[in-house]
Amino acid sequence: MFEAFNITPDAFAGKTPAQIAALEGREGKIKVALGDFFEVSGSPGNTADETDVVIVGDCSRVKYIGNKMTAGSITVNGNADMYVGGWMKGGKIHIKGNVDSFCGIGMEGGDILIDGKAGNYVGCAYRGDWRGMKGGTIRIRGSAGNDIGTFMLGGTIIIENNAFIHVSTHAEGGTVIIKGDVEGRVGGQAVKGDIYVLGKIQFMLPGFKKIDVVEKEVDGVKGTFNHYIGDLGERHPKSKGKEIFANLYVKAAA
Amino acid sequence: MSEIIVKGGFVIDPTRKIDGDVADVAIKDGKIVDKVSSGAKIIDAKGKIVMAGGVDVHAHVAGPKVNVGRLFRPEDKLFKSPMAQDGFRMESGFSVPSTFKTGYDYARMGYAFVMEAAMPPLFTAHVHEEIHDTPIIDEAALPVFGNNWFVMDYLKKGEIENTAAYIAWLIRVTKGFGIKVVNPGGTAAWAWGLNCLTLNDPVPYFEITPSEIITGLLKANEYLGLPHSMHIHQNDLGNPGNYQLTIDSLKLAEGVKPKNKFGREQVMHSTHIQFHSYGGDSWANFESKAKEVMDYVNKNKAITCDLGCVTLDETTTMTADGPFEHHLNSLNHLKWCNVDVEMETAAGVVPYVYDKNIKVCGIQWAIGLELGLYAKDPNRTFISTDHPNAGPFIRYPRVIKWLMSKKAREATLDTFKYKDKVIAATNIHSIDRELTLYEIAQMTRSGPAKCLGMSNIYGGLAPGMNADVGVFDLNYKNMPSDPEKIEQAFLRAAYFIKSGEIVVRDGDILGHGHKKTIWVNVKMPENPQVMRDITQSFTKDYTVGIDNYPVHDYLAPHPFVINVDVEA
Repeated sequence: MFEAFNITPDAFAGKTPAQIAALEGREGKIKVALGDFFEVSGSPGNTADETDVVIVGDCSRVKYIGNKMTAGSITVNGNADMYVGGWMKGGKIHIKGNVDSFCGIGMEGGDILIDGKAGNYVGCAYRGDWRGMKGGTIRIRGSAGNDIGTFMLGGTIIIENNAFIHVSTHAEGGTVIIKGDVEGRVGGQAVKGDIYVLGKIQFMLPGFKKIDVVEKEVDGVKGTFNHYIGDLGERHPKSKGKEIFANLYVKAAA
Repeated sequence: MSEIIVKGGFVIDPTRKIDGDVADVAIKDGKIVDKVSSGAKIIDAKGKIVMAGGVDVHAHVAGPKVNVGRLFRPEDKLFKSPMAQDGFRMESGFSVPSTFKTGYDYARMGYAFVMEAAMPPLFTAHVHEEIHDTPIIDEAALPVFGNNWFVMDYLKKGEIENTAAYIAWLIRVTKGFGIKVVNPGGTAAWAWGLNCLTLNDPVPYFEITPSEIITGLLKANEYLGLPHSMHIHQNDLGNPGNYQLTIDSLKLAEGVKPKNKFGREQVMHSTHIQFHSYGGDSWANFESKAKEVMDYVNKNKAITCDLGCVTLDETTTMTADGPFEHHLNSLNHLKWCNVDVEMETAAGVVPYVYDKNIKVCGIQWAIGLELGLYAKDPNRTFISTDHPNAGPFIRYPRVIKWLMSKKAREATLDTFKYKDKVIAATNIHSIDRELTLYEIAQMTRSGPAKCLGMSNIYGGLAPGMNADVGVFDLNYKNMPSDPEKIEQAFLRAAYFIKSGEIVVRDGDILGHGHKKTIWVNVKMPENPQVMRDITQSFTKDYTVGIDNYPVHDYLAPHPFVINVDVEA
């Protein structure tokens, strides 16, 4: 288990392969170097923006890839472990395999694309924090686990397959699109923000009320949606005299 | 033990009225002495200031509510917990630091003693375990009494002697230090979902008023002759317009005379007075009443206070004022934790962000500093941030910078989004006073040590006192024009010697020191009625047996006991 918080275009920019191999990482409380696990070749750009990192091989046990990165790109030709793109501010990450949990945690900007499936806590807030994902886009081509977009404030999360439970819990902004089915607990304690479910929600929360039926185009899919607002059990701020709610759009049965 | 001589520094010691004289400080066997042998280790303090170890009269650094803060704020540690240095413990957290970070950071700032400001008696064992786990600094803890059922029962009947006997018993079995009062009556009322927001609001069931509780505890404190005075967090904390209540409760000290053998002159210590100096009747017309409150404090020598300065940080509020934390949570909608401590007290914890883009936070910041700048007697007005309520204790050097430099205050004002509104609601912009190093030494050393009745141990550099000596990289004769250098110097001492041991050099921790837990052993003739009441209550009311209540000696393995003999 390798905590590679230095695998970022920001840390690589302007360095020689030998300097990159010497960058610090951790195995728990033991200090290690990137070079202990990777062969480094190529020539980074002078700035993060001009630096593209490609990892060939399996990173199933490599955590914190792209941690706090601001620009440039990272491509992993395989799986990655937890915290991919955590707290990232800009740039692009493309993981061609699966990722474990906490992908895009505390993200502020940039793009994350996962070709496989994701674990739990996609685009969530750090444990205990009330300030979750603020911006950027996370697209998971496969399925995802629970706790998607917890405490979300902005940005977009797209899960192209199914998700388990807890979507946009405590959200105060942002958009989550689930193209498959969700088991339940969608929008619990959400104050603001938008949630789209193109499949089915097995168990709706009682705190959501249907107010309308609308036509929408969501991530290239047109359809008729039942429009719910909620979570009615949570406080809701007012804007221009009107209470603001979180919106949940569930695709109507054909 | 070894000898040390701190040579050639500018010594600032208000206890002996020494202000910047170049002199040596000699140390032997953990005490300050007149002279040492030629073999003494020499510390070159040339061009630097030399002060006694700092004394913090009020901070929340150990115990259950501090730990609730640690547990429910993992985000307080995120990216702020670097790997430990070899031979030392990991330091984690910012507003609620780990015990190790607490000890290390206080030592880096040259602090020798810290008072844990609110100890729930039932959970004293936890408080002492955390105190023991906090390295280097000496600590004591104040048990809370202002909402205690025994106290309210006795005071309702006007029984000062029985109240005192109960307090003496409780301080002894909890290894406590003195009498802390938090929102008298209000926290007890909170168990009924109520509060006491004036001095005459009756406490449900007990039918006693905050005013009666305060007066009774002032008298009980002097009946016992404790080293410290009654230490109070007044009612109606943090609400616009509370300053009148603050002054009214300070006035309750007028009829009481100090009676003790520890050189203490005050009968009431009013803590984090910033939170109690608010004008206006809503957040819209919220304004500073620092001048009104400080004018009264300046007049009445029987009162000391600490500032409770807002430092404009993201922090964690925690207090035995349960109803206040509920109120705060309804304002900021963040996390809230509430605990009831049977028979004794309660507590609440809520994170809070003092944002310089919010007008009210800017005004609060100004009020804390105004109080320090209006103080006529720095020996009665102490620097605090009510750690972590108004800001973490590692901001003391920043508070010192603001108090010592108008330039620094103006620079901070300039960063406010509502600068003009803050200036209109306060006097901070028109105050030119800049405190001197001597006044800072009074506010952080000699003053609080005297207020705690420990002026023979802490707060000065006279022979016989504890060898707690800080050397700070500031040239008394040529102070830096950049106020940031003041903050840096006080944040990382050039040297800090704690009990005759060099524990800090250039801001780096060198050792874990030999910390002590200080407690007060109040000896009073057995009071059969009070002992019977206590025994009965433990059988009838408490969920623990009386035998499991006292703190065992092994929980405070390095005690320093102050004996108080109460004459019958």
